[in-house]
Amino acid sequence: MSILRNILTTAAVASALMAGTAQAETMRIALVVKALGIGFFEAANKGAEEAAKELGDVEIIYTGPTDTTAEGQIEVINSLIAQRVDAIAVSANDTDALVPTLKKAMDRGITVISWDSGVAPEGRMMHLDPSSAPLIGNTIIKLAADHLPEGGEVAVLSATTTSTNQNTWIEEMNKVAGNYPNVKVVGTVYGDDLADKSYREAQGLMQTYPNLKAIIAPTSVGIVAAAQAVTDAGKIGQVNVTGLGLPSEMAGHVKSGASKSFAIWNPIDLGYSATMLAHHLAKGEAKAEPGATIPIGRMGEVTLDENNTAAMADPFTYDASNIDQFSSIF
Amino acid sequence: MSILKSRETILALAILALLAAVASRFPGFVAPANLARVFTDTSPLILLALGQMAVILTKCIDLSVAANLALCGMVAALMNGAGVPLPLILLAVIALGAMLGAVNGLLVWKLGIPSIVVTLGTMTIYRGTIFLMTGGAWINAHQMSEGFKAFPRAVILGLPVMAWIGIAGIAAMALLLTRTPLGRAFYAVGGNPHAAVYAGISVGRTQFAAFVLSGALAGLVGYLWVARYAVAYVDIAGGFELDVVAACVIGGIAIAGGSGTVAGAVMGALFLGIIKNALPVVGISPFWQMAISGSAILLAIAFNTLSQRDGGRIILKKAEAAE
Repeated sequence: MSILRNILTTAAVASALMAGTAQAETMRIALVVKALGIGFFEAANKGAEEAAKELGDVEIIYTGPTDTTAEGQIEVINSLIAQRVDAIAVSANDTDALVPTLKKAMDRGITVISWDSGVAPEGRMMHLDPSSAPLIGNTIIKLAADHLPEGGEVAVLSATTTSTNQNTWIEEMNKVAGNYPNVKVVGTVYGDDLADKSYREAQGLMQTYPNLKAIIAPTSVGIVAAAQAVTDAGKIGQVNVTGLGLPSEMAGHVKSGASKSFAIWNPIDLGYSATMLAHHLAKGEAKAEPGATIPIGRMGEVTLDENNTAAMADPFTYDASNIDQFSSIF
Repeated sequence: MSILKSRETILALAILALLAAVASRFPGFVAPANLARVFTDTSPLILLALGQMAVILTKCIDLSVAANLALCGMVAALMNGAGVPLPLILLAVIALGAMLGAVNGLLVWKLGIPSIVVTLGTMTIYRGTIFLMTGGAWINAHQMSEGFKAFPRAVILGLPVMAWIGIAGIAAMALLLTRTPLGRAFYAVGGNPHAAVYAGISVGRTQFAAFVLSGALAGLVGYLWVARYAVAYVDIAGGFELDVVAACVIGGIAIAGGSGTVAGAVMGALFLGIIKNALPVVGISPFWQMAISGSAILLAIAFNTLSQRDGGRIILKKAEAAE
């Protein structure tokens, strides 16, 4: 199987090389994903193709291993180096394992960036995060506030008391809570990322705070359980469930009205931005260094921090208008 | 018998005291509608505790109940996705649960492996099987049919079907344990295995039956769980087996086997269920919640052990009199 794949890859390399000489102007950017056949990455590829169309002179090579292993990615990257692509944008299966191979790629003059799932700083020129803790913290309270023109009480349903991600987001949310004076955060409860405990905690919130207007759940288990609890309590329309979730898991609850909107990164935008960044860096139009600001087309621009890491944008908001489009993707 | 009775009385009083304490901070908790809600929420725990009780009575333990539940729940959700009618799904998950329980039972019976090892192993296998079936994907609310989700919620005579299934389980189990040869065999096997053999009871076969019973109940609860929370994935009910064992222990089911009552198991489950439902509404810091749940379990068990301990027998009456 692997021999066959190698032969095929070689054939692909050969034809790509010929194509490359035929039209030397075209820049080839490889989008390396964790594994092929994952909806999230297929969507990222869609975004990359969109960027390629916009840029005009770019060809996207969408590739990755068949399963989510670092070994598989190394094999794929080695073949890309042999193909002399202009840039590699990778969502890594392992932070450190890819570093030697990616270093080799950079030594050969290939632009290397990581996106979504990062590589250690020495193995890439820059990393693109889909979002950042302050942006997420702001988004989750804004989602609740957007549907509360008169304000009201909201509560947070988190994962466990020790979940680093959720705690950071909630901390960032509380920092900006002053910008939403009508929204009163009355409490934080923990569902431990268990469906039954989250469900019970959501029920408890509705009992403790009869005037509760929204539940913010920045966890995919919690948001689904809270939406179900609100549905069962017959409080659709009174209590809005929002936070971070996956479109495929939330589709039913958005349609029922239990959740008016929620957020998560948009893979299409992510693929688009990664391609834009790779293009600008490979063209030499921008340099990856701390403090640099690089434009990313319709997404605006990003600024690199001291680790050469950039945050793309606010998480993308999903509601009844776009849930069908995305629920089949991821 | 009077000791048994008094133990259950103590537990009943503890439950009442707990309710009173909760009510003092959140009066709405003891409203009949809310108590019915708590009972409904606790029904899965009660059903599993009843199955676990049968297993514990025979000197065994079943740690695979939660994994069995998750696997059967996932199968139920997948069958629903394939358009299988609900009655057929119910029969299938009960049969599947019983089969998974039978695997435990056979290993304990035929190979004589300690049940804690067997069920620790099968627990992992059952969870792994869910991953193999789904590749880790979730089945979500909108992928389940309305009828599938509505059945446990349908209200009959003021109570949801889920609560009625709990009540039916309690009644059936009480009947089984007190009125049938198999039920009495559970006690005999755990109380004194050697005497049981002389009485013509096969220890292994009885243990096997207990595992099948526990598995079948787990299968049924698997469907109820998935339908109630409208989501199925690998980790549902993770760690729930410990709650089930705790409910039995609190209910005074002797972990060494042979002693315990249906009323005890039910009240043990209710005690935990009330704590679980009360903690979110009484406004206790979440950081304290786990410590409080744990202490309640320890306290209840200490209480049980104390009331169970007999005063010891004086064998040298004269010597004692001489002192």
